[in-house]
Amino acid sequence: MERLFLFLLILATAGALGFWLVTRPVTADPDALTGLTGDAARGAAVFHAGGCAGCHAAPDAEDEARLVLAGGRRFESPYGTFVAPNISPDPEHGIGGWDTLDLVNAMQHGVSPGGAHYYPAFPYTSYARASVQDVVDLKAYLDTLPADATPNAPHEIGFPFNIRRSLGAWKRLFGDDGWVVAGDGLSPEALRGRYLAESLGHCGECHTPRGALGQLDMAAWLGGAANPAGDGRIPNITPGGLDWSEGDIAAYLETGFTPEYDVVGGEMAEVVENLSQLPREDLAAIAAYLKAVPAVE
Amino acid sequence: MSILRSFTAALLGLGVFAGPALADGHLDAAVKARKAHMQLYAFNLGQLGGMAKGEIDYDAAAAGAAAANLADLAAMNQARYWPEGSDNFAMGEETRTLPALWDNIDDVMKISGDLEEATTALASAAGQDLDSLRAALGDVGKACGACHEDYRQSND
Repeated sequence: MERLFLFLLILATAGALGFWLVTRPVTADPDALTGLTGDAARGAAVFHAGGCAGCHAAPDAEDEARLVLAGGRRFESPYGTFVAPNISPDPEHGIGGWDTLDLVNAMQHGVSPGGAHYYPAFPYTSYARASVQDVVDLKAYLDTLPADATPNAPHEIGFPFNIRRSLGAWKRLFGDDGWVVAGDGLSPEALRGRYLAESLGHCGECHTPRGALGQLDMAAWLGGAANPAGDGRIPNITPGGLDWSEGDIAAYLETGFTPEYDVVGGEMAEVVENLSQLPREDLAAIAAYLKAVPAVE
Repeated sequence: MSILRSFTAALLGLGVFAGPALADGHLDAAVKARKAHMQLYAFNLGQLGGMAKGEIDYDAAAAGAAAANLADLAAMNQARYWPEGSDNFAMGEETRTLPALWDNIDDVMKISGDLEEATTALASAAGQDLDSLRAALGDVGKACGACHEDYRQSND
């Protein structure tokens, strides 16, 4: 009896140790920033490509007000409702107290300065593919934006998804900062498009279907998905679902007009608002990439 | 009791099925008119968008004319295009206009003002050169999208 108890105790300890190890936050090597300096002007382009304002601007903010990253926008999902936090430079309620390494850890490892896991509603699994230089530039730009003292609202997430520690295991299972579409055979333009679409642009987060644990189904990359907000479907943008020309795609991302001169709707209106600020060559690059993605029928 | 119940059910049934079927002729006409109006936007935008994409050679006179048409279209009084009861809940498949449009008339009028402003700016930019045309086109798209996003049933 005593031996059985001992056995169970060892098993439980091993289990707890295993959970602790598997769910431990993994952060960036501080040396990764050595020699890098931030350029705010380049960071502005990273900001628009990353669509930061799309989630972190106050709900219904328009034009200049979209640069006040007060947070508060709500995102419904099968796991509960996520509320975008304040990422303005306010030292108390925003991220004014962060250094560049904190931002790298948040955006590329999904780990807060306090060592907690972020929910992947924050698309760090995509941002993980970005260059560290881009994040360093973004930090320089974010520091120039107006501070706002709106306090953060908590996420409304039920058990068991409210156990943040378990996200460590989720990241181990599904986090992958490799490129989805192989680079050989891609033109330099399509490679630039791949960088924008798979990392900063985080297109796959909405356009790729998800499995039971919320992980992306890489075999159906950009093949269209259910809308987590419940309204309709997010379209297939591989050549199997989108027959627009590259010019059509680039023009759509720039002006929001479809080839029939209907207009962009839903969440994508916000995306176009951000992407339209990028150089036209970048939009053409995204179009070239989308034409090179394996077709999902 | 059960007779009363089936009578009520029959009434409800009538109400549900008769709604779309009995839609007034004037509502149908209004939906047709506003769809035609949208088509005129698309036709003129096609000229400008084609130039912006490089599919059509830029021609200052043609661009200016198309943009002036858009500004005229945006300035037209559309009150009779949008009678109450011509939403997709009442009329079914015939229209994608959401009932919310009539609950938010102030917002709709604001967006309509934005469209007038954007098309007026486009009308003065389009005839200058291709870059001015391209720069002004985005704001027009934004105004179109603002209304469609909130007041039109999405397609899928």
